[in-house]
Order: sequence, then structure tokens, then C-alpha cells
Amino acid sequence: MQISLTVNGHDHTLDVPENTLLVDVIREHLKLTGTHVGCDTSQCGACTVHLDGRGVKSCTVLAAQVDGSNVTTIEGIGSTENLHPMQQAFRDCHALQCGFCTPGMIMSAIDLVENVGVQTNQEVREGLEGNICRCTGYHNIVQAVLQVARAGTDQTQEN
Amino acid sequence: MYQFNYHKPTSVEEAQALFKAVEDGMFLAGGQTLIPTLKQRLAAPTDVIDLSGIAELSGIEVRDDRVSVGAFTRHADVADSAEIRRVLPVLSALAGQIGDGQVRNRGTLGGSVANSDPAADYPAAVVALGATVYTASRSISADDYFKDLFETALEPGEILSRIEFQCPTRAAYRKFPNPASRYATVGVLVADFSGDIRVGVTGAGPCAFRATALEEVLREQLSVEAVETVEVPDAGFNSDLHASAEYRAHLVKVMTKRAVADLLKA
Repeated sequence: MQISLTVNGHDHTLDVPENTLLVDVIREHLKLTGTHVGCDTSQCGACTVHLDGRGVKSCTVLAAQVDGSNVTTIEGIGSTENLHPMQQAFRDCHALQCGFCTPGMIMSAIDLVENVGVQTNQEVREGLEGNICRCTGYHNIVQAVLQVARAGTDQTQEN
Repeated sequence: MYQFNYHKPTSVEEAQALFKAVEDGMFLAGGQTLIPTLKQRLAAPTDVIDLSGIAELSGIEVRDDRVSVGAFTRHADVADSAEIRRVLPVLSALAGQIGDGQVRNRGTLGGSVANSDPAADYPAAVVALGATVYTASRSISADDYFKDLFETALEPGEILSRIEFQCPTRAAYRKFPNPASRYATVGVLVADFSGDIRVGVTGAGPCAFRATALEEVLREQLSVEAVETVEVPDAGFNSDLHASAEYRAHLVKVMTKRAVADLLKA
């Protein structure tokens, strides 16, 4: 079947089998391998991307379901020269160990700060329930998310 | 995942006609249960009928003391709805505890209630809030809706269109989440309708049910201590690697006590 979707601002029209997962379109068809497949059972969140602005597990979405949608992957939020504030915060706080969960963590963290409005340690920890870091490096990840969440609040107050 | 044909109808009538026409169809809502099921090859429908294109299945409407939620409303939208938070905060709080953030951004009320997973959260609200389940052709009272493990009063091919919840005077939901999946090992919703108490339990048995023995004592005296006087037998309760039937029976009382304590604080 034919599907059309916008990924990181670029329009794509693809011919894929009906049972193709969104994550396979992203990785196999578009070769955007920053989105990872950790568990493939909807537990770990490594495959998290933004679907029309909200974090979803792309291993648990059919490509057919998102025909006409807007998808953002880790490749679409910043560049090496111009990191997204969340990527910069992960760097500043050393919020990674092996790095496998990091793309999903960052995509979830952006959704949390932009759409859920987390402010406290507890809110961030609960908000990241859908992402598993098997290095168990949660402490610095939470610090990084809080750094961005609180910077956002400060800016709002200054304005 | 096995190969299947994919359809995206734009009306309930079209979806039902498709279901009749195909060999072995399944309806797809948010897909947070069905897609993992297909991936594990635990289901192999010839045709998947995606309900996301049917506009009439979405939406939230508040009327007097009732809240009507369209079947395709996603968990995150129920959790974030200012209208629902105002008149039925317990439903928003419950929706905000389902799975995790990404699951709540996809999963739907209708998908959860039509599937009737024994550990799903929404069924506790359906029974405790005296809900009415609507399909294209009829309405089903909550007390008649849940039948057994993954079995409801819905007929094959029947599409859940919306659920109307009654707003209680006060209510609280407490669950003991499975630490990995956040499914309810046991979840209890206690609702006070001006003294008429309804207690909905999920996770403990094959499907959600009302704990009538607990309701009776709580009608007499709405207190944490009153819960202690009730015997909750574990006959017919679920037993798995996460919790024995006996432990689930124990959790029913503990979660009821916590819900009652929350409700009295509200």
C-alpha cells in the first residue's frame, strides 16, 4: 500500500506492505537509524518518536495508521553544530552511559517538557516510565530533563 | 507479524460492512494491545479495520451529571481534559495512570473497554461509575457489560461508540501497579453517589466487577475501618507469576482502604 508522511520536515511517499511498522519505515526505508529498537515489545521506549508532536513508541504503530501524519525523529531536532536544548542538557549532565536508550529518552523528555510541563524530580521520573535505561543511569537523565524544564520556566518568568 | 489487509473506513456503517465482508476481521483502535498481539502472532486476522478515521467516535461531552466520552478518545486526552477534571476528576486521574506516557498518547477508551483485559484500569471506572456503554444500535449497562476474561457483551462486529459515566459526589481510584507494565495487579475505584456507594474492582478477577459486600458495609459507614470487617474471598481470582489469588484478595481490601481514605480527604 502507498503511504505519505512528513518526517523531519521532508515529505515521503512510500510503497510498503500493510503490516509494516512505523519504526521499520523510519529505519529501513528512510535509513534514519537514530531511532532504536530495544525490546520490540512496547516496553523500553528506545523507539520513541514524535507523532504530530506527541511521543509514541514507533514499534507499536503501523505505518498505515500514520498515513498523512507528521513524524519527528532524533535526527530532526538538532544538528551536531546546533544541538537541541535537551541534547545539550544530556551532554552537560552526562545523561548517558552506553547511549542506546538516549534517542528515545530525549524524544520522551522533549514531549514531557513541552506538553506535560514537568517541574519536579518525581514528575520527571514518573514521566519517563515508558523509557528504560538498562545501564540504570536514571539520575543524570532526570537532572538533564530538569535542567531544560527549569530553564523554560525561568525564561517564561523573565518574559 | 503475519500479512493482513488494512482498511480505514470513515463511518461506523462502513466499518461494520467491512467486518461482515471480510473473512476474519479485527478492529484496530489505538493499537497498544492489538499491535503487540499481532507481532507475537497471538492473533492472525485476515483484515485489520482501523477505526481512527471515524470522526463520530471521538469527543468529550459533559451534560448535567454525566460525562460522555467517545470510544476513540485517547487516554492522554481524558487525563488532560479540563472539562473532565472539573466534573469527574477521578476519571482523569485514572487515565493518567494507564501504562506510560507513550501508551497514553495512542491508547483509547474504547479499545481498552472493548478488549476487557483483566488488568486494565478503565473497566473499574465503567462498573463503579454506573456507566452506560453505547454501540451503534444499543446501550449496555455497566453491570451487564463485562462477562469474562477478554469477553464482553459486545457481539462480533459490534463497535463501541461511546461511554457515558455518571458523576459521583466524590470518588477515588487506587491501584497496585505491576512494577514493569503498570497494569493493575489490583485496582479499586470507590464512588460515593450521595451515600450510595459503588466499588469497582479490576485486576483481581477474570474481568472487572462490583464488590457488593464492600459496597454494603461502606453504605452503612464510609470509613477505612469498615473495610476491615469485610471478608474478600479469593475464589475465582487470577493467579499468575506476579500475584497469587490470595494476595490479590488481600490487595482488594488494601486498595479499597486507600481509595476510601483518599475519598474522605477530598
